Amino acid sequence: MTVIKLCEAGIPVDLLSLVPVKRSHSVCAQGGINASVNIKGEGDSPYTHFYETVKGGDFLANQPPVKGMADAAPGIVFMLDRMGVPFNRTPEGNLDFRRFGGTLFHRTAFAGATTGQQLLYALDEQVRRWETITVEDERGVTIPGEMMVRKFEYFDLTGLVLDSGGVCRGVVVQDLKTGEQMTFRGDAVCLATGGPGLVFGRSTNSVINTGSAAAIAYQQGALYGNGEFIQVHPTAIPGQDKLRLISESVRGEGGRVWVPKDRNDRRLGKDIPEGERYYFLEERYPKYRNLVPRDIASREIFRTVRHEGYSAEGQEAAYLDVTHLTRTPAGKAGVRKKLEGVLEIYEKFVGVDPYENPMKIFPAVHYSMGGLWVDFEKDESTGSLKAVSPRNQMTNIPGLFATGEADYQYHGANRLGANSLLSCIYGGMVTGPAMAAWRESRKESAFDLSSSLFDSELSRRREEFEALSRRAGGEFTVNPYRLHHELGDMMLTKVTVERHNKELDDVIGKIKEYQAQWHKCAALDTAMKGTMSQPVVFLRHLKGMLDLAEIIAAGARAREECRGAHYKPDFDPELHENDPKAVGRDDAHWLKTTLATYTPEGAKLSYEEVDVSLEKLAKRDYGKVSKPTKTEGASAQASAEK
Amino acid sequence: MAEQVVTLKIKRGEGGGPSRWEEFKVPRKPMMNVISCLMEIQKNPVTVGGGNTTPVNWDSSCLEEVCGACTMVINGRARQSCSTLVHEISPNGEPIVLEPMTKFPRVRDLVVDRQRMFDSLKRVKAWIQVDGSHFLGAGPKVSQEDQEVMYPLSRCMTCGCCVESCPNYNERSAFMGPQVISLVRLYNMHPSGKMQAGARLDAIMGDGGIADCGKAQNCVKVCPKQIPLTESIAVMGRETFKRALFGWLLKG
Repeated sequence: MTVIKLCEAGIPVDLLSLVPVKRSHSVCAQGGINASVNIKGEGDSPYTHFYETVKGGDFLANQPPVKGMADAAPGIVFMLDRMGVPFNRTPEGNLDFRRFGGTLFHRTAFAGATTGQQLLYALDEQVRRWETITVEDERGVTIPGEMMVRKFEYFDLTGLVLDSGGVCRGVVVQDLKTGEQMTFRGDAVCLATGGPGLVFGRSTNSVINTGSAAAIAYQQGALYGNGEFIQVHPTAIPGQDKLRLISESVRGEGGRVWVPKDRNDRRLGKDIPEGERYYFLEERYPKYRNLVPRDIASREIFRTVRHEGYSAEGQEAAYLDVTHLTRTPAGKAGVRKKLEGVLEIYEKFVGVDPYENPMKIFPAVHYSMGGLWVDFEKDESTGSLKAVSPRNQMTNIPGLFATGEADYQYHGANRLGANSLLSCIYGGMVTGPAMAAWRESRKESAFDLSSSLFDSELSRRREEFEALSRRAGGEFTVNPYRLHHELGDMMLTKVTVERHNKELDDVIGKIKEYQAQWHKCAALDTAMKGTMSQPVVFLRHLKGMLDLAEIIAAGARAREECRGAHYKPDFDPELHENDPKAVGRDDAHWLKTTLATYTPEGAKLSYEEVDVSLEKLAKRDYGKVSKPTKTEGASAQASAEK
Repeated sequence: MAEQVVTLKIKRGEGGGPSRWEEFKVPRKPMMNVISCLMEIQKNPVTVGGGNTTPVNWDSSCLEEVCGACTMVINGRARQSCSTLVHEISPNGEPIVLEPMTKFPRVRDLVVDRQRMFDSLKRVKAWIQVDGSHFLGAGPKVSQEDQEVMYPLSRCMTCGCCVESCPNYNERSAFMGPQVISLVRLYNMHPSGKMQAGARLDAIMGDGGIADCGKAQNCVKVCPKQIPLTESIAVMGRETFKRALFGWLLKG
């Protein structure tokens, strides 16, 4: 989206992508994109969307950008519709909307079960069109052979080029097909490089999501905001290579989450009669039922399975069930029409028919609310984001912008479902004009600078890579893939749904050890000149993942409260009624953004106030019935012990 | 009882250079796919003969069969390695043979360069020509019936399975492949895409276009998204025929 906005402003763009753009992680977004169009006449409005987003994020997001996003959402969905996204339709031919978590309104537009794929394709097609349009100079004369967009795929960021004033003037990148590194100049640079899911080993993320580009920016001085806020999606299929998401849309369309009441029940899910099922989300949250926000659903499933000892066929999982929907008048065909793409994933990767069998699911790392810190300029008259300002989406490195999951701006402590596609497109709509305004304000273009600035960063990065590829034999005894596996396992068990200070101390110590071990990692490949070498590139990414893991763990250790996706049982007043330390969400001390600064000794944390100028803080309440299941839980526990 | 290991035979090599075969055995785990086998090799890059080798290079991204990246030839058939489950293709420990796709230049090992497919998308103007991304109100209405035709066509991942199986797509021919023809059908169906329908038809009536299809019908059998490619070719065949006959009247 950033590229399209820049092109529309007449500014040519070099687009560098780690994989062909069509294969980016956005394809994995299944459920939809939020926009309060109020198509069903429910009284929904962008303001309600704004409020539910900041509330869903436990008030940690700066409110003006969120308001800007919610206000722009209907226009964004209409624009995508004009670009040809095959959204699902109402009988009248209008866009159809469905319900998602954290709201009671039908607010989510969707295209089958692959909305992200369809949105990405539509935008990719528009960019491809710009690849065929020639550049015009100021007088409107076309420059033959120069296209508005030059696209470079299989290119990986290896460094930022910063001038003596600390302004970003371009990048050093590596062509992964040949291993060759080169520089690109730019009057403004934007990282739209996605999240860091691979820090947790297996997650719902694509395997390209190592966060490497953000980590490199951080190593070169960019601030990283709210790193500790990692969303764990409640419903994923456990797998050897990744944890595959089963979209929230399954619950939006009526899917129910349950476990067998008898903890020792080993029968297949479909053989367990209705009366012997424990619909714990519905009982604990009678208003939102299965559509409580993700952090709450994840925590409840985690607690029910891990701590209360329930299971699905004896495995560490709960059921996500649509089989009852096939018995409604719409029948199996009705379910198939709305959820085919999602359910197909279960069928394909588990080999079990989800129309007949309840699906076995467990929470998995899904999204990083945290990311590169970016600025914004508030419009005092509306309280929203100023439409065009070079400050919008700019990191603390002048001239370097960030958008999409790579930034930290829109979701606070927890993201609502179907807000991620929205935030990444809105981010682009703001970033493009911001970059253009920044370029306009500069006296000296990056293209007028001496080449020595670029050459010195280039040779530094080349030497770095050559040193990595020479790592063989002798002291280089560590396999980087195994080290990554260890890191991922530790982060997954200790830094996700529940966090304990003592464990986090261990984790931080362990990350230091892993960082030392990284220096002993072997290249495993000779990186012949002119050849692709994935193992050596992986070494670079692994270094970034270790730094990001440290930011996440350190931020989590420091934050002594429960907020959104960050949950510490020791601070939960429900578990510790008489403990004054168990404050739950602690606005007096912790209503602030975590900022991590890179130092050679490790991440240094500081904090910044949150802009809550629009809406007063409220308790984040989704109508939980206090301890409705205590007696039942206790009796089941007793029977299990017998 | 099934073997407790998975045997993989992998065709390796760099660029246009010579190829070599390497054989690996990795521990067998439940719910394993081809990608998780390759990940095991990364952790222990040793061949069956005990020789140290380098980890295998392969393309992958989403691992959910929506990005198209991890396509390779598995036991002779082009498909995504993420959705190829070990217990399905090797129930009794049969060796699994992995090769790069043959219709594209090899980069290294199982990675190929599919740029040609993306270039074809430019040729046929595979996009809706919007006036801009600024606010212009809602898009055109679309019936549920049309949406149900368009959505499956729009799921094409540009993975390359169809062209790998197509006898008419190769380095000596300019044929753009069935996926491109199917996308022309998609954009020409869209209420505002229709307005540039003629230009897209012209693009597939020229060199490398629909006339190069030999009707082998392999494409529709191997498409992982079950896109009705042959149906699209038939529909576009009629459209291009009409344009060839009467198009000169429209061009005026």
